[in-house]
Amino acid sequence: MSGDRFRALFDPRGVLVAGASTHPGKFGFVALHNILACGYQGKVYATNRDGVEVLGVRTVPDVADLPDGEIDLVFVCTPAAANPDVLRACAKKGITAAFVASAGYGEAGDDGRRIQDELVALCDELGILLAGPNGQGVVSTPAELCAQIVGPYPPRGRIGIASQSGNFVSSFQNYAAQTGVGVSRAVSAGNAAAVTVPDYLDYFADDPETGVGLAYVEGVGIGEGRAVYERLRRVAERMPVVLVKGGATAGGQRAAASHTGSLASDDNIFDGMCRQAGVQRAATIEQAFDVAATFATQPLPKGNRVAVVSTAGGWGVVTADALTATSLDLIALPDDLRTAIDRELPPRWSRNNPIDMAGGETRDTVPAVLDLVAGHPGVDAIIFLGIGIQSNEAKLMRGGRFWPGEGLERIVAYHERQDARFAQAAIDAGERTGKPVLVATELAVASPDNPGVATLRAAGKLCHASANRAVVALDHMWQRSRWLQRRGLV
Amino acid sequence: MPTLSEAGSKELLGAFGVPFPSEQVVTTADAAVEAAGALGYPVVVKLGGDAIAHKTERGLVRLDLGTPEAVQAAAEALLGAATPDDGEVHLLVAPMLRATRELIAGLHHDEQFGMTVMLGVGGILAEAVADVAFRLVPLSADDADEMIDDLDTRALLGEFRGEPAVDRAAVAAVLLGLSRAAGERPDIASADLNPLLIVDGRPVAVDALVEVR
Repeated sequence: MSGDRFRALFDPRGVLVAGASTHPGKFGFVALHNILACGYQGKVYATNRDGVEVLGVRTVPDVADLPDGEIDLVFVCTPAAANPDVLRACAKKGITAAFVASAGYGEAGDDGRRIQDELVALCDELGILLAGPNGQGVVSTPAELCAQIVGPYPPRGRIGIASQSGNFVSSFQNYAAQTGVGVSRAVSAGNAAAVTVPDYLDYFADDPETGVGLAYVEGVGIGEGRAVYERLRRVAERMPVVLVKGGATAGGQRAAASHTGSLASDDNIFDGMCRQAGVQRAATIEQAFDVAATFATQPLPKGNRVAVVSTAGGWGVVTADALTATSLDLIALPDDLRTAIDRELPPRWSRNNPIDMAGGETRDTVPAVLDLVAGHPGVDAIIFLGIGIQSNEAKLMRGGRFWPGEGLERIVAYHERQDARFAQAAIDAGERTGKPVLVATELAVASPDNPGVATLRAAGKLCHASANRAVVALDHMWQRSRWLQRRGLV
Repeated sequence: MPTLSEAGSKELLGAFGVPFPSEQVVTTADAAVEAAGALGYPVVVKLGGDAIAHKTERGLVRLDLGTPEAVQAAAEALLGAATPDDGEVHLLVAPMLRATRELIAGLHHDEQFGMTVMLGVGGILAEAVADVAFRLVPLSADDADEMIDDLDTRALLGEFRGEPAVDRAAVAAVLLGLSRAAGERPDIASADLNPLLIVDGRPVAVDALVEVR
């Protein structure tokens, strides 16, 4: 499938909503609304049975009345029975991609399957790329295109989403909005009658706007497993792919004559397939987004040697515990690094890894220690914990009844500057050394306006919601790095 | 689906480099005693045949036989236990190997992904523990190596109770051998190497069962 055909879907010159409605509860209204409301700069057209104006767009009853050669994408909200004629007329206008939101196809019994097969054959004949049917839409932030019947419209970024469930496209985009780590393209594959999740990922792998693929799949058709594996592997050779599979526990173990067979389940074979293909399989939707957002915003670690830097004890200890359950290695602190840190911090620091600064953190020591650790040849990645504490306390002062007197204004400004500096130091250390420096605090969720969190967000970095989640994400990065290294792909 | 005898299964997979103990196929109790003397005591004697798949369940495996008399008695009893349904039978005489670590490996045909290679932690708890890794055939050397890392209880593969660490390359070679067997013998429906004992750090399959179609 050539990339040109996908350009009509993700970078259309003009968009047509077929079946626009004046009723704000109908898909044909919502889709047009979202396209118009989110900043799409191309021309927007719509058809409506009665030819009435919808949201300021003058509609026509018939596609034939639209201009030639100005529209690349049709968003189809008309009933399934009307769609063959709509698509034939669209093809005549030069439209080469259709997102079919209409239901009543493969999800709707034998008749539905039959008309879905006919739809695929028709689009094939007309040279139209068929997305869906029965999908929730397509988003493309470089084109400011929000052709979907759900929210949200995510911030722009480098994650490319393809999902067999439209609701999970929405979920992933909600995480993008929450974290600020944005999306390039997102598509609900619907019934994936013609274009499948691996097809979208394959396009993303060559798309300069996309740096990581994020996918949700439910199953692989009988007899299609091999082809899916081959496709995924070729995608993973070019781009990180994070995948979460629904129904992981549905296919239980089967009775089998062999012991090997009795140990085989759909899930552990799917898992082995992912590992072999170099696909990062996430356990949950939330984890899948974390991992994809980390790939999108951090360099790959070259090895598994991790240093944990924290401003206080407990975080480092539980992070060390979390690391033991992974393929990552919490290194013993090299002597030369210990000596170097001794020169920066008061003697109460932990003098081991995790590097607990034990209250010795200042605007000077945090950047100095992070630079020393990140710059050390024996360290491949850093997890940095404990930002945001000072400004979190300052938030109480800001909201309290003594504000801004009693010297509060000055000290609050100082605390807020400190956390912004600490976050900036982590960003700088990562950029100077080309190593991943992951920052984690629950303030990412609890208090996203915290200056430490906000500084990371403004720099386009993910502030991990917990150290455990940062560890899992870093482990996935290392697994990919090792997969690439072993195969000579880096 | 028909199964090959243990001896036939071992012959098939042995050709792809799967390591088996040196053992002898004989048809009489006297020949079993002679074979045991040549192999060195203690030995294992099993009743084999194309129609015999579940030897342990039927009590057709006699372990740890330390004297010619014990071999003679076991061999006679096993030959006597054969039923007409078993067809042509033989005795398999093998050295008694001891291992504290057991793996399991095999081939399994998945309806979605086709033939797969499996490596798991073996022994009587294998199915309860279900610490297994699968890959699709054909395996690359990297795939085989990564399967070993996939096992949750890979700590078992290091030095263990005075035994050397498991020779990873030798385990990987077993997996690659299974993969090649599946590629070159499309008539293989499934295969079990159970158990795949770790003896002095190296894998040895003391039983094999191949299903053919």
